[in-house]
Amino acid sequence: MPFIPHTESDVAEMLAEIGVADIDALFDEIPADLVSDQLNSVPEGRSELEMLQFMAARAEQDQGYTCFLGAGSYDHHIPAAVWDLTARGEFMTAYTPYQAEASQGTLQLIYEYQSMMTALTAMDVSNASVYDGASGLAEAVLMAVRANKKNKSGRVLVAQTVHPNYIQTTQNIVHNQNVDLAMLPVSGDGVMAIAEMEAGDVPPVAVVIQQPNFFGRLEEVDALTDWAHSHGALVIAVVNPMTLAVLKPPGEWGEQGADIVCGDGQPFGVPMASGGPSFGFICSRKTLMRQLPGRVIGRTQDLESRVGYTLTLQAREQHIRRGKATSNICTNQGLLVTAGTIYMSLMGYQGIRETAVASHQKATELRDALLQCSGVEALFPGPSFHEFALKLPVPAKTVIDAMIEDGILAGLNLADFPIPGVEGAEHGLLVAVTEKRTDAELRHYVQAFTRALAASTED
Amino acid sequence: MSEIPSDLKYAATHEWARLEEDGTVTVGISDHAQDALGDVVYVELPEVDQVIAAGDEAGVVESVKAASDVYAPISGTVCAVNETLEEAPETVNSDAYADGWFFKMQPADVGELEELLDAEAYGEVCEAEDH
Repeated sequence: MPFIPHTESDVAEMLAEIGVADIDALFDEIPADLVSDQLNSVPEGRSELEMLQFMAARAEQDQGYTCFLGAGSYDHHIPAAVWDLTARGEFMTAYTPYQAEASQGTLQLIYEYQSMMTALTAMDVSNASVYDGASGLAEAVLMAVRANKKNKSGRVLVAQTVHPNYIQTTQNIVHNQNVDLAMLPVSGDGVMAIAEMEAGDVPPVAVVIQQPNFFGRLEEVDALTDWAHSHGALVIAVVNPMTLAVLKPPGEWGEQGADIVCGDGQPFGVPMASGGPSFGFICSRKTLMRQLPGRVIGRTQDLESRVGYTLTLQAREQHIRRGKATSNICTNQGLLVTAGTIYMSLMGYQGIRETAVASHQKATELRDALLQCSGVEALFPGPSFHEFALKLPVPAKTVIDAMIEDGILAGLNLADFPIPGVEGAEHGLLVAVTEKRTDAELRHYVQAFTRALAASTED
Repeated sequence: MSEIPSDLKYAATHEWARLEEDGTVTVGISDHAQDALGDVVYVELPEVDQVIAAGDEAGVVESVKAASDVYAPISGTVCAVNETLEEAPETVNSDAYADGWFFKMQPADVGELEELLDAEAYGEVCEAEDH
């Protein structure tokens, strides 16, 4: 389906036809005090050459480092075929057009994506994606509040072991929609504590559990899920899809499983690219699917018994339901979902499992080596997946800055993410390891880390 | 031309209301409404004991092409919902005025029924919409 912008003469002709002076006049119903006449932070346009030079310089900043940064975006290997195929012209239009059935290829791709996501999460339905994991959590919270009709309190329990950026994004989106995000403190083990959940007079509508959590720790998802269900609350799981071939999928948590699952698809074929763009996913049980924002694609047969793909659930999208739509952020991340789907197809369940296991093993190896260093402790005791938090004898920034000189991105400075009640976070370093890291790179990390620590403790 | 029984009362938003012998009022959507919606695939009903005012949202009817709100034609308390619609929403298409009912209310003031449209007035509403 071609995308042909209107020329100036097209626009003039259309305006003349309907008797309107200019484009702005089409929006004159918007009250003047709501119109922003300043776009100060939008820079002037650039030529193609200037833009290419600008972007090349930006991209250059990411090059030349061995990456141990994670915190939601991970440096996994992307098979060459993923973007070779994704960049084909047939896939490059990110939108499903409004006459969706005309784009059978796009619909088939989303159908395959949804099938794989539900298999991975052990849920019944998946939407066609949202912006990213953080906005996915916001949508999941709104979905739970709509769906839990027995509890109108709007009170959602969120552990502060959930990624702080996810909490902030969710707060931004839901704070004017009668939703009260009740923050749970982090336990001494860096996980959610059921004892803390008992506090509060109003029973929660939903409980948000991230697995693995922001600190890379594993939550006691079975007990937390059962607690939530026994208190009439829905369970929202925030997961890293890469871990699901090893860890128990959310659909199998506790007696009944999680109700809504969301997260970020970046580990599946999306480059880290300085932190964006990515795609978010949301899956749910069938009983909640009417509240699932976005669309669901189904496989059917036409009159001649040929297989075809069709929109099976879209009646609550905004072009139909307007202000009462399940969400008014309807954009799905078509291109990135294409990459994610091709990644999952190429890797298969076994490939994803091997990647996850290798990442976990290498992370464990590095963590054990770093804990041998004098004055270095685990920020929290207990198991982690492929990311772990250390407490250094000095501020983490000192070590991070020194290791950049060795071409290593050492990890995330937890001092930049202050979370109430987490002791030692001002010296906290969050380190992520993927299957890409070689033994030589792990050794280099340990050497550079030891050197940086020695230098900073001498000062 | 859709069917508009003369013994029912109607809201301009296409709900019908019938006063039963036991004093309750049964509510559904009109033949015109089901025809305009097309194949009904899902019905979201109010909760029993829910108190609703005339004009309040009392449910959602979803067809293959749209999801539309269903409004309470009068004020009262929901005393029964048609659970068969959960499994067989197409009943709304096949039998809008009998088996395809949505919910029953205990009216707060049965006199409110008099403020609704009669069959003739509702027929004019439908006709105006069709043009």
